[in-house]
Amino acid sequence: MKLYSLSGHPSLPCYILKFKFTTIMLDCALDMSSAMHFLPLTLVHSPRLAKLHNWSSKDGNKAVEKELKECAGRLFVDSAPEFLVPEKDLLDLSTVDAILISNYHCMLALPYITERSGFSGPVFATEPTLQIGRQLMEELVTLIERVPKPRASSKWKNKDVLRSLPSPLKDAQDIWSWRQCYSLQEVNSALSKVRLVGFSQKNELFGAVYVTPLSSGYCLGSCNWLIQSEYERVAYMASSSLFTTHPQPMDQAPLRGCDVLLLTGLTQFPTANPDSMLGEFCSNLAVTVRGGGSVLVPCYPSGVIYDLLECLAQYLDSAGLSGTPLYFLSPVASSSLEFSQIFSEWLCRSKQSKAYLPEPPFIHAELLHSNRLKHFASIHGDFSTEFRQPCVVFAGHPSLRCGDAVHFMELWGRSSLNTVIFTEPGFNHLDALAPFQPLAMKAVHCPIDTGLNFPQVSKLLKDIQPVHVICPEQYTAPPAAHPHRSDLQLERQPPPCTMRRAEALALPVRRRYERVELSPEVAESLIPSEVKPGISVATVMASLSTRDNKHVLQPLPKTPASSAKKRKRGEVLARMPQPLLWGSVSIDRLLQSLEKQGVKDVKVESVGDGHILHLQAEDSIIQLSADSTHIICTDEGLRARLRDVLVHLLNRL
Amino acid sequence: MPEIKVTPLGAGQDVGRSCILVSIGGRNIMLDCGMHMGYNDDRRFPDFSYITQNGRLTEFLDCVIISHFHLDHCGALPYMSEMVGFDGPIYMTHPTKAICPILLEDYRKITVDRKGETNFFTSQMIKDCMKKVVTVHLHQTLQVDDELEIKAYYAGHVLGAAMFQIRVGSESVVYTGDYNMTPDRHLGAAWIDKCRPDLLITESTYATTIRDSKRCRERDFLKKVHDSVEKGGKVLIPVFALGRAQELCILLETFWERMNLKAPIYFSTGLTEKANHYYKLFITWTNQKIRKTFVQRNMFEFKHIKPFDRSYTDNPGPMVVFATPGMLHAGQSLQIFKRWAGSDKNMVIMPGYCVQGTIGHKILSGQRKLEMEGRQTLEVKMQVEYMSFSAHADAKGIMQLIRQAEPRNVLLVHGEAKKMVFLKNKIEQEFGLACRMPANGETVTIATCPNIPADASISLLKNESLGSLPNPKRPRVLHATLIMKDNTLRLVPPSQAIKELGHTEHQLRFTASLQLRLPPGEADALTHLCNHLRSVLKDYSIQRLQDGSVMVESVLIKASGTADEQATQEVLVSWSYQVLYLVMDCPLEMYFEVCDTPWTLSFYVSVSFQDEDLGSYLMSLLKKGLP
Repeated sequence: MKLYSLSGHPSLPCYILKFKFTTIMLDCALDMSSAMHFLPLTLVHSPRLAKLHNWSSKDGNKAVEKELKECAGRLFVDSAPEFLVPEKDLLDLSTVDAILISNYHCMLALPYITERSGFSGPVFATEPTLQIGRQLMEELVTLIERVPKPRASSKWKNKDVLRSLPSPLKDAQDIWSWRQCYSLQEVNSALSKVRLVGFSQKNELFGAVYVTPLSSGYCLGSCNWLIQSEYERVAYMASSSLFTTHPQPMDQAPLRGCDVLLLTGLTQFPTANPDSMLGEFCSNLAVTVRGGGSVLVPCYPSGVIYDLLECLAQYLDSAGLSGTPLYFLSPVASSSLEFSQIFSEWLCRSKQSKAYLPEPPFIHAELLHSNRLKHFASIHGDFSTEFRQPCVVFAGHPSLRCGDAVHFMELWGRSSLNTVIFTEPGFNHLDALAPFQPLAMKAVHCPIDTGLNFPQVSKLLKDIQPVHVICPEQYTAPPAAHPHRSDLQLERQPPPCTMRRAEALALPVRRRYERVELSPEVAESLIPSEVKPGISVATVMASLSTRDNKHVLQPLPKTPASSAKKRKRGEVLARMPQPLLWGSVSIDRLLQSLEKQGVKDVKVESVGDGHILHLQAEDSIIQLSADSTHIICTDEGLRARLRDVLVHLLNRL
Repeated sequence: MPEIKVTPLGAGQDVGRSCILVSIGGRNIMLDCGMHMGYNDDRRFPDFSYITQNGRLTEFLDCVIISHFHLDHCGALPYMSEMVGFDGPIYMTHPTKAICPILLEDYRKITVDRKGETNFFTSQMIKDCMKKVVTVHLHQTLQVDDELEIKAYYAGHVLGAAMFQIRVGSESVVYTGDYNMTPDRHLGAAWIDKCRPDLLITESTYATTIRDSKRCRERDFLKKVHDSVEKGGKVLIPVFALGRAQELCILLETFWERMNLKAPIYFSTGLTEKANHYYKLFITWTNQKIRKTFVQRNMFEFKHIKPFDRSYTDNPGPMVVFATPGMLHAGQSLQIFKRWAGSDKNMVIMPGYCVQGTIGHKILSGQRKLEMEGRQTLEVKMQVEYMSFSAHADAKGIMQLIRQAEPRNVLLVHGEAKKMVFLKNKIEQEFGLACRMPANGETVTIATCPNIPADASISLLKNESLGSLPNPKRPRVLHATLIMKDNTLRLVPPSQAIKELGHTEHQLRFTASLQLRLPPGEADALTHLCNHLRSVLKDYSIQRLQDGSVMVESVLIKASGTADEQATQEVLVSWSYQVLYLVMDCPLEMYFEVCDTPWTLSFYVSVSFQDEDLGSYLMSLLKKGLP
């Protein structure tokens, strides 16, 4: 059993598990933090960005200088953003048998794997994961493709150039695995390989292992995976949550007692409680709106936004600001809002029961109905006629490198009345703001990450009691932002195994058994004998048939004479083992038996712990000791008789 | 021998009050708990006294499974759980859980408020009953207890309808509930994997029907409605609020839009708005096309179909009215029917199956004078049309499902006895499967022969002697010891078993000597012998060892001394009792043209000590001498 880590980001996992002749990829998340080194894509021409200076290198390499722009002391690559894809050289990805997806944030690298590596298996995901994942991918592709950038910059990646660049671009990780975004066609093709599964649906892979998605409580349709054979169980925990938000609660009982627990996706902000962050979000927003300013919330089109809308609507009502318009801009805004309402089966109980009434589970249906919330595909079109300020705009992309959020940063950035509030935990907000500096607008950081925190994890581990724990290396040391908080790390005896990008690990699990089924005929033919109180044994001699990795013992075949003719003559059809002998032979009983066989003239000689029997008339010798017997005899008929006598006196298995 | 027992309490050779008891692996499960529309007395509910004469059912049943929300499948549920008494889990899908209580409440109202019956379940009982419901996702493997697991499959038929697989260990039963094997305008087709259950319990409503294409039926239906409306007639379509109603609404809606028709279409039930809302919220249960397009256009938002008011009944001019219930046995559809029956311009279209005893059934069987309550008779002049829009599988569909699931036995329920016999014969002929059709209260026992699982040690399966790759031509013979201890079965290599039991293995070896005559000019006997054996025994591993001796598999052939003047050499052949016993496909005469004791091996019997082993086979080969 072996594990390979293809990603170094603890919350954006990509692993490969080799288990019982199967090769399973666990998630394939796309690390988009690399986009932070690129200039934003503006939907409307931005004179400010156009005026940025080229980088001036020491050796005056014009080709490279053109690719890099300088803004507020930082360098940015002037091209469409590139993303860090999972490691491709660690092992041949075409040998992957199946991909398991745990939630829609962890599948954005799927087209790179399914379309560009020769992978040909199924992808397992729940329906919300597929639909919302599709929306995220479609949004990403649309946001990038609608602002065409002709140049793909690569000269700056030259090793010599790279060395001369200033930080942070110089220190960027794995730039050779950075790729431009995929196309819509690749998205569709990748998603056509998805096989839909429901929570707790046991799926068989080649008859060898079963994979089961279990609700993880993190977002709509999110799950952890249990990968098991009849004897070994490996649990893969992606982002999970114990907070009460809209998704179905986490199902942790089936994970109990697993042999290996692969733990990823813990909260990226262990010091920020999601509930207090939500409160801060609302109060900051209300202060800005009251002051006549507008608020930009860069966010993904699905997920936390549902909770934000619900919470915000109530807060604004109580704050007497219910008239504030809420705008939701995304190419997939309408389908995100519509889809969220039809997944009641995947929601928490209170939301689920709303569908029984029948009412839409999410409050945003009501907000849309009363025109408090309006959604648009982009700032072009109807939006301009509806647009009123002060207002709240939810728009992508949370990296602030593409999408309508970029436009609002340019529009509102110069006024200190306005605020941008970061809620998505995936991007560093200071890096995100860097190309917009200098800014007069307020920036508030309220990361809402409902992933497990360290106290929750240690409680969970006590409950689950896994034999071995494996986690990304980042979890065994305090976070970089809080180097002295030793409570913000994973501690356990024995210590967890850690992994980093492009590393392989042999799992300390030894397989000892395999399930074999006895057909009723074989079972009936057995003759058990009780050898010790409570223990019976029986010799099984049967034909083993293996189909789809399932072993069944059938009675030995009786080949009809007719079909035998068709085969090559003299061919060995089977190798039949003889029973094993155990015990020892008593000399007296042997002599008695020999006498019955007509062997009378026997001379017995004691040697050490055994005897030598000379069968004088037959000119044969039997050497007898406690655990072996040697028959030296040339007459085949006699040998067979002697053999039978001995075998009869011994125990057989 | 393990067995599965099945007893229908309802739906045995009948349609209505579906309720089937299944005993499998020591668990008792009730499949559906419905009411019968043809009866108003005790017979409307299944006879639960079959399970126990007195007291509650909780200790006799492990769980109850409801396949879908139609009242003939769930109508007796509150009666069973609250009035007879059952506190165990009741399993159903989400849409069923959402819609079922509404239909039950409707049914209760009609029975208690309109007909004035007492001793019926109350609204509170419906609520209490629904609290015992546990919802299941499609394909979720739900563990009822340590051994009993259930799994739901999509059944088409109505929103949220499911087929259920019930499994205990390696025994399993599939219950279809009602299902439809052809996708329609709003639902998908039933699907099940090749799960090879021991028993498939299938509905057989349309056991003898093979329906023509759906398109033709739809065209017929639209033509009839259109013709009637053109002539100024009124068309009544009795439907149940959820199910066919939506299907026909979508059909008429698109037709009206295409033909630009103006005659009003009404939907007469308080449920309309609400019913359509359910379809919108549970759109993941509808067919692919609706699911794909719902963001742009929700098929359940109708433009031409408006809610009906009772006062519209006598409005002049043409109209189309969908009214509940579907079998004309009560409610608004019956009221409208009474008003319109007198005119031959009008038409009633029955789009589904009608249970015996209902007015729907009577007019469909050609009755034109109906006896109503209060000794009135009603003369039916309006046209009566029947169109099979029921979302049940027809005979072809049932056969298709059997092909899909590959059951070992089939049991028919939910159909008329005569029709069942026909289908039963067909299944037995076509698939060679045993097919049963018990009546209500009749128990059917099905013997199963499950394989017995055992834990085999990996070393046993990786054993070289099995051959590394499974070759379908060559049976892999497994020789192992089964250790039975504390209810566990373990298969281990015999040597390991001997060790585990604290014994030691006993080695038995044989050595025989033989005089070999060498051909002239040949000095090294063993080289010659080795070459000879290699040419004769192609399937064996033959090795030359360092000291010059020859190994054939594990048989050792050694020279003793050196060849003498007569060019004879004594060789010793030595082998262990554990030497492989080889099964070969031809008599040994092949190799020995002249043999003093011609013998053939009968190879296909299991090992007995009389059979020859490789050692003695080599002996006899060498005795023949070298060429």
